[in-house]
Amino acid sequence: MLKSVLIANRGEIACRVIRTARTMGMRTIAVYSDADANALHVKQADEAWRLGGAAAADSYLCADKILNIALQAGAECIHPGYGFLSENADFVTSCQAAGIVFVGPDALAIQQMGSKSAAKLIMQDAGIPLVPGYHGANQDPEFLQQQADTMGYPLLIKAIAGGGGKGMRVATSSAEFKTQLGGAQREGQSSFGNPIVLLERYLLQPRHVEVQVFCDRHGNGVYLGDRDCSAQRRHQKVIEEAPAPGLSDDLRQAMGSAAVAAAKAIDYVGAGTVEFLLDKDGCFYFMEMNTRLQVEHPVTEMVTGQDLVAWQLQVAANQPLPLQQVEIHLQGHAVEARIYAEDPEQDFQPSTGTINHLRQPTTDQHVRVDTGVLEGDVISSFYDPMIAKLIVFADDREQALSKLDTCLQDYHLEGINTNIDFLRKLTTLEDFAQAKLHTNIIEQHQDQLLGKNKFNFDTTLALACLALAPDNDLAGLRLNQPSQVSFSIHVDTRELHINLQLAEIYTANFSDAAGNSGKVVFTGSKTDEHLRLSLNGQMTKASYCQFGDRLSIFSPTGKLVVQLLQPQIDNFNQTRQHDAGDIVAPMNGSLIACLVESGQNVDEGEALLVVEAMKMEHTIYASTAGIVGEIYYRVGDLVAAEAQLLHLNPLPQEA
Amino acid sequence: MATLTSKINSQSAEFQAKASAMQTLIEDLQWQVSKVITGGGEKYQNKHLARGKLLPRQRIEHLLDLASPFLELSQLAAHGMYGMHIPSAGIICGVGLINGRHCMVIANDATVKGGTYFPMTVKKHLRAQEIAQQNNLPCVYLVDSGGANLPQQDEVFPDKMHFGRIFFNQANMSAMGIAQIAVVMGSCTAGGAYVPAMADESIIVKQQGTIFLAGPPLVKAATGEVVTAEELGGADVHCRTSGVADHYAENDEHALLLARQCLANCPKPEGNTLTRQTSSPPRYPAEEIYGIVGTDLRKPFDVRDVIARLVDDSQFDEFKALYGTTLVCGFAHLDGFPIGIVANNGVLLSESAQKGAHFIELCCQRHIPLVFLQNITGFMVGKKYETEGIAKHGAKMVTAVACAKVPKFTIIIGGSHGAGNYGMCGRAYEPNFMWMWPNSRISVMGGEQAANVLTQVKRDQLAAQGETFSDTDEAAMRQPVLEQYENQGHPYYASARLWDDGIIDPKQTRDVLSLALATSFNQPQQETRFGVFRM
Repeated sequence: MLKSVLIANRGEIACRVIRTARTMGMRTIAVYSDADANALHVKQADEAWRLGGAAAADSYLCADKILNIALQAGAECIHPGYGFLSENADFVTSCQAAGIVFVGPDALAIQQMGSKSAAKLIMQDAGIPLVPGYHGANQDPEFLQQQADTMGYPLLIKAIAGGGGKGMRVATSSAEFKTQLGGAQREGQSSFGNPIVLLERYLLQPRHVEVQVFCDRHGNGVYLGDRDCSAQRRHQKVIEEAPAPGLSDDLRQAMGSAAVAAAKAIDYVGAGTVEFLLDKDGCFYFMEMNTRLQVEHPVTEMVTGQDLVAWQLQVAANQPLPLQQVEIHLQGHAVEARIYAEDPEQDFQPSTGTINHLRQPTTDQHVRVDTGVLEGDVISSFYDPMIAKLIVFADDREQALSKLDTCLQDYHLEGINTNIDFLRKLTTLEDFAQAKLHTNIIEQHQDQLLGKNKFNFDTTLALACLALAPDNDLAGLRLNQPSQVSFSIHVDTRELHINLQLAEIYTANFSDAAGNSGKVVFTGSKTDEHLRLSLNGQMTKASYCQFGDRLSIFSPTGKLVVQLLQPQIDNFNQTRQHDAGDIVAPMNGSLIACLVESGQNVDEGEALLVVEAMKMEHTIYASTAGIVGEIYYRVGDLVAAEAQLLHLNPLPQEA
Repeated sequence: MATLTSKINSQSAEFQAKASAMQTLIEDLQWQVSKVITGGGEKYQNKHLARGKLLPRQRIEHLLDLASPFLELSQLAAHGMYGMHIPSAGIICGVGLINGRHCMVIANDATVKGGTYFPMTVKKHLRAQEIAQQNNLPCVYLVDSGGANLPQQDEVFPDKMHFGRIFFNQANMSAMGIAQIAVVMGSCTAGGAYVPAMADESIIVKQQGTIFLAGPPLVKAATGEVVTAEELGGADVHCRTSGVADHYAENDEHALLLARQCLANCPKPEGNTLTRQTSSPPRYPAEEIYGIVGTDLRKPFDVRDVIARLVDDSQFDEFKALYGTTLVCGFAHLDGFPIGIVANNGVLLSESAQKGAHFIELCCQRHIPLVFLQNITGFMVGKKYETEGIAKHGAKMVTAVACAKVPKFTIIIGGSHGAGNYGMCGRAYEPNFMWMWPNSRISVMGGEQAANVLTQVKRDQLAAQGETFSDTDEAAMRQPVLEQYENQGHPYYASARLWDDGIIDPKQTRDVLSLALATSFNQPQQETRFGVFRM
C-alpha cells in the first residue's frame, strides 16, 4: 500500500483526493500557487508546499517543481486530479524516472488518447464506431478549409490536445471557418502547448453519454455504468447524471463493452472515461477517451457505492480491482450540478471577486458537496471558474432532480455571480424532467433559462424592506408617528423610492420616477441571516446578506439582488466617460493576442484583441470603423476590467 | 443596583379605564400631528413639488443619515393660533444624525404661508438655536422663506427675542465653534438673506434659491430697475460673482449632499466623557404607563411605577427613601446613560425640598444628568409650613435647579402648578429639553383652586359690603374661570406657545429621553457653581 500522496492540483478535486487518501491512512501533501496560499486544499492537507506565482504556467503546470517537491517531501505517488498535468505524458514519464508512482495510466496510453486524431485511428482499428471527420496531420489552413467544405457544416474544430471545452470551436459556415480555426489553434497552443486540430461532423442534437472504465495491472477491466452529460454550455458540462436516463439494457451493455474494449486497446490502467455521442437512433460514436478521473465521477460513486479515488490509489499500488464486472450493481439515481463562478446572463462569462458569503446545503449520505472554496476566498481569473459540485442521490431520477432543486435553493453565494439559479431553471425544465436531453438543450431553451428570475413584485419589495429595516430601537424614530426610514433601491429592473413604516405591521409606500406608486403591508421577523415574511396570509422564508449597498436575498424563487441607492456627491460631478474609440477590457485577465497594429485601418466589428480570463478567450471587436491608435498593453500583460486597452480613432462618418 | 418591583394589576377595572382614557388622548395627539406633517396641504405641496423642489420633510430625510431618528421640536407650535392653520408654525426643527453626529435642522416650510415668519415661527427658530447652543450641535438651516410675515411685523421684528436674534445667535454660535450651515433652497429675502450670509458655509440651489435684500418688485418700485429674481440673486450670481454663497447645487438632493459634506469637514468635538454602559430594557412594558397614570390629575399614583417603566432593567437606587417621601430621588441608567431622577410623589414639603436640593447637588458634583418627572400642585401651604420656613426650603431647591450645570430634562407627567414648576425645573430653569404628556396641565394653580380663590375673594368683598354671594352667582363666576384654566392649561395650548418642546406619548418617553441624553452629550461636562442657599 502507498503511504503518502502528493496532490498536484487545487480546488475541489484536491480536497476530494485528500479526503479519501486520509481515510486510507495516507500522508497528504498539497502544493499551491501564491494565489492559493490560504486555499481549502492547503488547509486540509497534512503538509503544503509552495509552487510559485498565481498563473498556472508558474505553478500547477510546472512539472519539474512538482516532482522536486514530491522528492523532497518523500511522496510515494502523485495524484494529478483533472486538468493541469493529469494528461501530460511527459510528466508521467518523469515520475517514473524519479521513482514516483503516477496515479493514472501509463504515458503511452495518455499519448495515444491525448492526440484526438491518433485516438480515433486506434479506435477505428479496435472496431469502435467513429463520427466522420478529418484527423490527419496536414494543418494547412487552406487544406483544412477544403476538408471542412467537403464535410459540410456545421462542424467541430478541436485542438487535439484540448479538453474540457477548451480548444474547441464550432464553425457553422465556410465563411467563419478560419476565425474559429484560429481560436481553436490559439487555445490549443496557450492551454495545452499544441495548436494541432482535427475536424469532425457536428451531429445534431446528440446526447453526450460516457462510460466510466477502470483497469488494473492484472488484466482486469470493468465499467462502472454510464453517465449522461448532455447539458453543456460553451462545450462544458453543467449537469451530469448517472445512470444515463432512458437507455435500454442492451444499449447500456453495448456501450459499456465498447468502452472496456477501447481501454483494453491501449492497455489502459486506472480510471478512465470513454465519451460517446449518442444520436436519436440509438447509434453511438466514440468521441474521446479521458485518461483521468472526471469531474463528474461522484455520480458514479453514488450509484455504485464505490470510492473511485480509493480504487485509483489501490490500482496505483498495483492491487487488483476491488470488484469484478458481475459484482458491480447500480442503484438509484445521482445528479451532479457544477457550481460555476460565472454570469449566465452575460454569456456565462467568468465572474471574479471575493466570496463574502457562502452557505451550503446540509450534506448527508445522499447529499454531497465537493468544494474547494471557503467564505472569504478570492476567485481570481487564473483558474477554472468551477468552484464546487453539488451531488444528490435518490431512488429515482424524479426524486433526485427534486432534491437537487431544494439543495440548490439552499446554496447561497455572494460576492461573485454564480450559475446556481440557472442550474435550477435548467433542471426544472419540462424537457429536462422528461429526459429529452441533447447537447444543445441549453441553447434550445436559452430564452427561458437566461431570463431574469420572475419575482412577485410585492414579495420582492417586502423581503427587501424586511431585510433593510433597521432593528435598532431608535432607528427612524419619529414623535407621535410610526418610526420610518426612507431609501431608494434598485430591484428587479426597477428603481423605487420607499418610505417604510416600522411598526409591528410594516407599511412600505413606494413610488418610482414614472409616477407609479402603491403600498405593501406585511409582517415579519428576521435574524442576522434569515427572513420570515408574512404577506397576504402567505409565509415566505428566505435568507439574506448585505455587503455595503448590495443586499442579496436568497428566496425560493432564486437569488435577488437589491442595490441600495445612496446618492453620491460624485454623481453630480462631471465624470469622464469612455468615448467610442476607447477599447476596454471586459474583465480581469491577460492579453493573449493583439490582432492589429497601430495605424491600421479596421472595420466595425473587426477583431482587435483577445483577452483570456479563467482559461476562456474573449475577443474584443472594433465598436466602429477607424484607425488603430495607441495600444496600451502588450501580449502577456495582465489587464484589469475596464482598463483601456487600445485607442481607436473613428473614421469620420461619410455623408 | 436595586430593582423596582411594580405591583400593578393591569386587569383591574381602574387600570383599564385609565388606560383607555389615556389611549383616547394619544389618538387625538397622533391625529393632530398627522394633520401638521402634511404642511400647507396637498394643493401647496403639489405646487412646491411641481417646481422640482423636495418637500421640507423629504429634505430632512435626505439630509439625515439613513434610518436616523428625528427628535422633532414643537410639532404643534402655533396650534389654534392666529385664527388660521399654521402647521408647526411653518418651520420644522429637530435633532437628527448627520454622518453619525447630532445636528440641529431648521427647515422652513414654504407650503405654509410661503414659509413666512409668524411670532411662533420666530420663537421656534430661536428655541432650536438655543438647544443647538446649549447642546453644542451644528446647525443646518434649510432656507425657503419669504421672511417676516408682514401683517405680524410688530410681533416678529423689533424685540430682543425677535427676528434679529436669529443672526445674533448665528454669529455667537459660530464664535463658539458651532458650525452654521445654510442651504438656500428657495427665497431668502430681506432679513432672510442674512441666514446664508451669516452662515459659516452656504449652499444654493440652481434656479431655486435666491438671496437678495430686496426682491424684483421692490427694486422696480425703488429704482425702476427691471430684473428677474435669478439675475438679482440666483445661484450663479452668488457662487460666481458676489460670493454670498459658497457651493453651487444642481438640485435639492445635491444641495443636501453638499451640506452633509460641509459637516463631514467639521471635526467632532469630544463632548461629554461620562461613561455610558450597555443598555437593557425596563422589566415592565412602557404601555402600562397609560393605565398607571390615567388622565385624572386628582387620582394619585406611585411615581416609582412610572420610573420602573423608563429606566434600564428597572434598576433604581433611591436616595433618602424614608425622608421627604413626597419627592422621589435616585440614580438609574436610561439606555445606558447614567441619570439622576427627581420625581414628585405628592405635594412638596420642606423635607422633600431639602432632599431635592441635596440630590441635585450630588448629581452636579458627579456630572450626572437630571431627569425631572413633574407632577406637582405646588408647595404645601398653611401656618405650620410657613412657620417652619417652607419658603426658604423651597428656595434651596429652586437655587439648586437654577444653578445646576448638568444636562436637565423635564417631563410634565401630571400637573405643573405654582412654585412646584420652578423647583421641578420648569421652562424658566433652562432644561435642555422639556416635554409634556397629553394628560398633563400647566398653570399657576389648578382651575379648581383658581376658581376657589377668586370666589373666596369675591365672597369676602361682598361680605364686607354686607351682601351675600348667591350659589348661582358663584357658579356663574366659577365656570369661565374653570374654562379658562382648562383651555390655557392644556398641553396643546402650552405647546402651541412653545412653553415646552413638544407633547410626547408616555410610551415613547424612554426613547425620547435617550435621544435627548445622547444629544446633550455633545456638550462637555461643566462645573456647577451654586448661589447662596438660605439655611
